[in-house]
Amino acid sequence: MRFFAKLFNKRANWAIPYAIFLALFVALPLVLIVIYAFRGADGGFSLENFIKFVTQPEAVNTFIYSIGIALITTILCILLGYPAAWILSNKQLNRSEVMVVLFILPMWINILVRTLATVALFDFLKFPLGEGALIFGMVYNFLPFMIYPIYNTLQKMDHSLIEAAEDLGATPSEVFRKVTIPLSMPGVMSGIMMVFMPTISTFAIAELLTMNNVKLFGTTIQENINNGMWEYGAALSLIMLVIIGITSLFSDGDEQADSESLI
Amino acid sequence: MKRFFAQLYLWLLLALLYAPIIIIAIFSFTESKVLGNWTGFSTALYTSLFSGGAHSSLMDAIRNTLSIALIAATASTALGSIAAIGIFNMRGRKKQVINFLNDIPMLNPDIITGISLFLLFVSLGISQGYTTVVLSHIAFCTPYVVLSIMPRLQQMNPNIYEAALDLGATPFQALRKIIIPEIRPGMISGFILAFTLSIDDFAVTLFTKGNEGLETLSTYIYADARKGGLTPELRPLSTIIFAVVLLLLIIINIRAKRIAKRKQAM
Repeated sequence: MRFFAKLFNKRANWAIPYAIFLALFVALPLVLIVIYAFRGADGGFSLENFIKFVTQPEAVNTFIYSIGIALITTILCILLGYPAAWILSNKQLNRSEVMVVLFILPMWINILVRTLATVALFDFLKFPLGEGALIFGMVYNFLPFMIYPIYNTLQKMDHSLIEAAEDLGATPSEVFRKVTIPLSMPGVMSGIMMVFMPTISTFAIAELLTMNNVKLFGTTIQENINNGMWEYGAALSLIMLVIIGITSLFSDGDEQADSESLI
Repeated sequence: MKRFFAQLYLWLLLALLYAPIIIIAIFSFTESKVLGNWTGFSTALYTSLFSGGAHSSLMDAIRNTLSIALIAATASTALGSIAAIGIFNMRGRKKQVINFLNDIPMLNPDIITGISLFLLFVSLGISQGYTTVVLSHIAFCTPYVVLSIMPRLQQMNPNIYEAALDLGATPFQALRKIIIPEIRPGMISGFILAFTLSIDDFAVTLFTKGNEGLETLSTYIYADARKGGLTPELRPLSTIIFAVVLLLLIIINIRAKRIAKRKQAM
């Protein structure tokens, strides 16, 4: 008892329970992914899971296709979302704060409910489910995640910089190209992170939106895990982690601050 | 003119964003099994959603979703608050390591978190079910709690705590009377964030729920859609979820505005 009382007196020690929890439920599980990924059929160290991936054209194709879909979704989200974020943050063009809430709202609704709604819309309009529905559904699901961080940075931007540019004789389009866009880049970057990463790793959404006709990389991973191919599934997860690690090198981790300031 | 086009663009985009949910809301007021088939106005789907009966599994899923979210949010708020105080008082390398580990669940895609926890439970031989889902939810919610409490601790005057100790308070009393009141707003927003993250979660739940028939709303919808026939009761349910979220966000916004106004008046 005395030992614990002493431990409790130093406040840095209060993090110990969480440190143990993190080691057990965050660090160890990730180590297990690496261990399983490099485990061969005989239980020893082996690269056979990765060799299996590179030598299977189907898996590689799914992988490339998924990156393609994620890129298209991200680009469409920027093209549609940037103007919206810009208008929302511009006091002359939009004075309504309810409008901002309306754009953030979908982020708070369960992603499966939203996907279900997209499927319903396509059924209702008698559009066939497939690649088109998939891209629409992805953009529909992730557009708010692009608008919100961009809106946030534009909102916080120092407006005297724009006035200064105007005073110095810049035309409106020059101000936009040379001041607004560069200053909003951090928002665009975290928007890219918040859209690209989830799209590359989604699985169920694609199944529902395409009647199982289109397979994404996430689905491949899930199928392997479900069918007991844990080693191969872990290797594919590791490959996905590497891609995500590379993407996150391009951003500065702003998206945490953004998701936090939501409340 | 410019303003007109700007507003037009926003409304068109909103129409696109809301078209699916509006269609669902409209067709939640008719009885037809197939969506898009209007068979006259009826609230039958709402009654059958709440009366349970044939769709008691859906009600079970809703109940599980809420109870898991409540337990996970409470536990992660408690764990995260204590942890945040500890981390805040840490120095050097240890602090870096724990902050790094704390970032992982936020950066990791859900599917990776789910698979990694699945591998943990199977290799430890733990049978998966309600408990493993709750533990997993605590794992990905707590980092957000820690992050929402940290700024509060940074703003706090460190001398107050020391003063309390000098005046004879035990560390526990000082925690209860000094630190907790200071970080309470962060704890509340951390709790809300954890609660919504847990309700929204799909991937982690799917991989850690085992196969004893435990379903949350997300996994129920997924299983249902895979079977091909979407339960019609999901239409009134989605409508209600949408209405509740809309209402909550509007209330939060109005309240925030009022507080801001009051501050200005002072």
